[in-house]
Amino acid sequence: MFDFFLSPATAHNVWFVILLTGVVTYITRSAGHVVLARFKNLHPRVEAALEAVPGAVLVTIVLLPALINGPVEVLAMLAALIASFRLSPIAVLAVGMAIVIGGRALGF
Amino acid sequence: MKNESEFWTGTKDSLPIMFAVTFFAMLFGATGVNNGLTFGETVLSSASVFAGASQFVFLDLYGKQAPVWSILLAVFAVNFRHVLYSASLGRYMGEFTFFQKYSGFFLLADPVFGAGEIRAQNQKLTPAYYFGFGLPLYPIWVGFTALGAGFGKLITNPEAFGFDMLLSIYFLSLLMGFKARPNWLASVLASGVASVLIYKTIGAPWHIMLGALVGITLAAMIGKPVSKGEEDV
Repeated sequence: MFDFFLSPATAHNVWFVILLTGVVTYITRSAGHVVLARFKNLHPRVEAALEAVPGAVLVTIVLLPALINGPVEVLAMLAALIASFRLSPIAVLAVGMAIVIGGRALGF
Repeated sequence: MKNESEFWTGTKDSLPIMFAVTFFAMLFGATGVNNGLTFGETVLSSASVFAGASQFVFLDLYGKQAPVWSILLAVFAVNFRHVLYSASLGRYMGEFTFFQKYSGFFLLADPVFGAGEIRAQNQKLTPAYYFGFGLPLYPIWVGFTALGAGFGKLITNPEAFGFDMLLSIYFLSLLMGFKARPNWLASVLASGVASVLIYKTIGAPWHIMLGALVGITLAAMIGKPVSKGEEDV
């Protein structure tokens, strides 16, 4: 039992390890609600923290790909950022992608 | 039919994500069979996990002969942000039955969470909308993983099409969709700066979770949100 966890996965048991990664993922996806649902009334500070979750997480996902790639990617993300003040998500996507594809086709 | 149109509205909103998902799924399929997994095991990974980043982490560690416990810990770390997702989105799932809620969490990937939050901010989040958005992504994710695993070597230059940036740009537009929320700018700036610093020091994937926690903590410190009633005015 412990040997299984302490050893590398093998061609024979990797299917089981894959299933376990699925279980671990599902636990992360349901745990937050399972814990919070126990509280009837949320403290205002908890409420404020939860309101901030989408922005705080998304910026950490978005920022690095924008910064670490190259000038085309920086430009595309900047243009998408400006466009997002006026345009719909689909149009923002079109603006950003046009710059990425165009810039790369030009060899940047 | 209200439910039917809610479902299709969700599916329509999901269209750009479907395109991105086909690419990432094929890329994962191709990478899987080139990293020692069989066709079936590669497809099994997409079918049971449904979370791209952590599946790539699994492939990487499996290829490096890492012990099973460390693979599971890494997958847990990469997916830990989802704990926050269900904590936040769960508050808007009042119309969901127990079964809808807990089967829905299986689909709670980044874009599904973002779309759910945006929807809940403007109107009631219905199960029909949620599943309309998330459910089509599952067979696409699994199916195109199989396609990539079967024909992996046909994808020679995916970067030329910019697919690797598609999700980033989409997430950026989601991010901006939350800008009316209380404390948004402060928490986003704090998380953004923190994530870059953490990426440079501790490294990935911690910059996501720890970076986000900095902005969330700041939001908790600087104030309570506007109550639901006032938000509608």
